[in-house]
Amino acid sequence: MGSARVAIQTEDFDASAEIAALRADDGSIGAVAAFVGTVRDRSDGARVASMELEHYPGMTESAIEAMIDKAFARFDIRAARVVHRIGELAAREQIVLVAVASAHRGQAFQACEFLMDYLKTDAPFWKKEATDAGARWVDARVADDAALARWGIEAATVEPSPNHPGAAGSPR
Amino acid sequence: MKIEVRYFASLREALGNAESVVLDEATTVGARRDALAARGGRHAEVLGRKRAVRSARNRVMCAESVAVSEGDEIGFFPPVTGG
Repeated sequence: MGSARVAIQTEDFDASAEIAALRADDGSIGAVAAFVGTVRDRSDGARVASMELEHYPGMTESAIEAMIDKAFARFDIRAARVVHRIGELAAREQIVLVAVASAHRGQAFQACEFLMDYLKTDAPFWKKEATDAGARWVDARVADDAALARWGIEAATVEPSPNHPGAAGSPR
Repeated sequence: MKIEVRYFASLREALGNAESVVLDEATTVGARRDALAARGGRHAEVLGRKRAVRSARNRVMCAESVAVSEGDEIGFFPPVTGG
């Protein structure tokens, strides 16, 4: 694992081992907040057998690194680690781990949620579900943009442009 | 001026992984999207203004007002759904 802050991998992860590594070198850490996202076995009334996670190689890592930099600038945290899986994942499997360490719990809780909200709206991953009603791309949720807005950050990048008035009003 | 356009998720399924595009004048990411959509067919279907499309320039999320330069990699994709 080493000291890398971001891992994009097909393999599953061991949250316990990740947390142990995260705080191994720093005795001032008194709190670790960790979030694990998993594959639901149902979606909009259909049974989900598995999902395919696609990403943008070369962009995903740097986008998440930039988010972690922002978390460090914003919160008093000691360490952070994001592991996100790609490829085919069966229902109930783990998808993502966000773990943040700090001296006291408040900053770790907040930074963990901040990173997760950010990742949901700005990290280039796409999910395609294999359901009993066929395969379908998962739609982005407006609620995710709202979650990020709580932190005073606008979700990805579609700004009004005088040349392209349509850009600002893209339907979600 | 030559750029590389890359597609992901539902856009990739419709248009393929990538295509090289030769431009004869300066442009923006949004204008390039419109020019690709103007080809009609699948391009119009997935890049048209009725679709929610996000973009990246050289692997950084960007607004459509951003200028495109020689050798740029421009990515077009649906709103992200990771996590």
